Amino acid sequence: MTMADDLRASVRGLLESAAPEAEVRRIADSPSGFDAGLWGRLTGMGLPGIAVPEEFGGAGAGFAELGVVLEEAGRALLPLPLLSTAVLGAQALLLSGDTEAQATCLPQLAEGRLRVAVGGLGRAACSAVAGPRGWLLDGIVDGVLDGAGADLLLVFATADEGLTLFAVEASAPGLSRTPLRTLDLTRRQARVELHASPATLIGTAGDGDRVAAAVLDRALAAMAAEQVGGAQRVLEMAVEYARTRYQFGRAIGSFQAIKHRCADMLIDVERARVAADAALAAVDAGTPDLPVAARVAGTFCGEAFFLAAAANIQVHGGIGFTWEHPAHLYYRRAKSSQLLFGSPDEHREALMRLWEGSRG
Amino acid sequence: MAQPSADESIDGFRARVRTWFAEHVELTGGAGAESFDAVESARRFQAALFDGHLAGLTWPAEYGGQGLTTAHQLAFNEEAEPYVVPTMPLLIGLGMCAPTLLEKGTPEQRDRHLARMLRGDEVWCQLFSEPGAGSDVAGLRTRAVRDGEDWVVNGQKVWTSGAHYSDFGLLLARTNPDVPKHLGLTMFVVDMRAPGVTIRPLRQITGGSGFNEVFFDDVHLPGDAVVGDVDRGWQAAVTTLMNERVSIGAGGGGLGRRLGGGEFAALADVARRRGGLADPVLRQRLASVFVEERLLELLSQRIRADVQAGRTPGPQGSVAKLAGAQLARHAAEVGLDLLGAGGAAWTPDDADAERWTQALLGAPGNAIAGGTPEIMKNILGERVLGLPREPAVDRDVPFRELRVGGGRS
Repeated sequence: MTMADDLRASVRGLLESAAPEAEVRRIADSPSGFDAGLWGRLTGMGLPGIAVPEEFGGAGAGFAELGVVLEEAGRALLPLPLLSTAVLGAQALLLSGDTEAQATCLPQLAEGRLRVAVGGLGRAACSAVAGPRGWLLDGIVDGVLDGAGADLLLVFATADEGLTLFAVEASAPGLSRTPLRTLDLTRRQARVELHASPATLIGTAGDGDRVAAAVLDRALAAMAAEQVGGAQRVLEMAVEYARTRYQFGRAIGSFQAIKHRCADMLIDVERARVAADAALAAVDAGTPDLPVAARVAGTFCGEAFFLAAAANIQVHGGIGFTWEHPAHLYYRRAKSSQLLFGSPDEHREALMRLWEGSRG
Repeated sequence: MAQPSADESIDGFRARVRTWFAEHVELTGGAGAESFDAVESARRFQAALFDGHLAGLTWPAEYGGQGLTTAHQLAFNEEAEPYVVPTMPLLIGLGMCAPTLLEKGTPEQRDRHLARMLRGDEVWCQLFSEPGAGSDVAGLRTRAVRDGEDWVVNGQKVWTSGAHYSDFGLLLARTNPDVPKHLGLTMFVVDMRAPGVTIRPLRQITGGSGFNEVFFDDVHLPGDAVVGDVDRGWQAAVTTLMNERVSIGAGGGGLGRRLGGGEFAALADVARRRGGLADPVLRQRLASVFVEERLLELLSQRIRADVQAGRTPGPQGSVAKLAGAQLARHAAEVGLDLLGAGGAAWTPDDADAERWTQALLGAPGNAIAGGTPEIMKNILGERVLGLPREPAVDRDVPFRELRVGGGRS
């Protein structure tokens, strides 16, 4: 057993016992979409701060380990803010270079006491003005992951200096948050409106493009791991059903039409796995190839998960189209995940630009 | 030069490989797989490699190998990467036939052939497929009948790569038609120049002739030509085919295909020269080729890492094989679409059109040779995912009662 195997076994063990489908549905249906008890158990295993350096109270692990955790979270459709807090929030703070903010926020984040959401990663919709009493933010940020429940919002906003990262307290004046209707029932998103809301500069004004691009690469790598976990799970569901569902006197998995569909899912999952692993490894190794590895994983893992989730419903037939069956939860998660950090088309275009850029 | 040993440091070995390539660069270079010139290039290269104690790195020393580790093999592969290694005509022998002899052959067969194969003195081919036995190769009808100590072979093989330049072949023939199909096969070593062996090139849709039909008319084989046990040829054939898949997978999805074979780079170059890089739709399709190519590289790396660590390769070998065929077809389609009408009619000096039309015509072959996607998906579904087999109509039925191919056996 490697350390990664141990980690996987413990996380899976916890999620299978504490976050089975019924519990996932209960949390997702609850008003807050959050469960402090389960979050506390994740914190007990050090998961929110798994990739936070030890000097800030984290576990100091790399993306390889973070990927294991997210793969398991994706497998279970864990409806808790790991991706937003442990990846986007922690990485935005770390990459900002703002040691003061890191020292203040990261220990609380690692202890599970500070849930952090990040807004405006893809497209800044906010403006920032430096006034006599500090920075003020105005604008509407849509699609903030776990934004309604977060204690702290990190927002990319446009200042005179250019794109800049700011921190806004959830209780800041002029800030309002509206939960959005979401395709994915197990991951909340919010619209955040800011009206002259006081904000703290994180890092350097005008440095936001660099930080956002670096966070995006890491977000894609992390999301790819989550997608692999979800895709693997729907493959297992489809195979299990195909082995035990009998029609025409045979298990339906003995028909090539079904068998080949399952094999296609396996082919995609295996390829998604190497793509995700390569992106995670590129983060840990700090290779200049990271943006390429992240976009390859972003486009392929997203498509693989979505195709697998759709195929799973088809293999299940009518039962897979019912609300009670979990297949639609994965289908919803898969499509939503594919869009959160850029569509497959955008990733492919980004790859072409990266290639053109590398040719000078 | 000192005999290598497994203790040789990787760095020292690497330096030795680098020096060897630098000194033998004239032996490297591209050549098609179909010509006798290519075979001569391969033989010269392999002989020099053998004499430089660099052939058969992981083979046992008693059969002419070097007894080194897979780590040495990987170091060799990395050092060889910048060169075009012209050994494609030898790959079936070295990658499939030799491992079969190592595992199933008699000591005499191993002594007689392995070192000579390794030096390129003997080129081998594999005689399994028949007109009536493709995906269902165990349904083959070529008969081998005892004649005293000897055997007499009659029948026809097809899709035999390199039969026309091979010295020997591994033949799978039916020795007992009265038992179910897998239980009545025997593997033989056959001298391709034996009386009664007729080789006819088979022209492919590319216009080239890499494959052959091989006819056996009363070909006499000595009793010691049997590989493994009589009527246990299927087990030996499985050994051969497993090695085929590993060598296809680890090679990046195609026999002899160089890793990162550069389909994307070549397509992007065509697009740049012909003005396709501004078209957003073509950019999407080019990027898809880039992604597929990258995934194939990653899969091949994973397979090699598994082999190196002594792990049994997982389903990645079959996945890489399928992905390689898919990439070949996809890239060719993009190539032709980039050329537009120029891909349908061109002047002979148009290298782009020559390359991509050949790629297009060759692509269906990638998806058939070494196991069709349909068969590979059955294997993945049944052996990896554990899905039930189709109800079989040919199990427990004596071969002679089966319907095979286009007629009755």
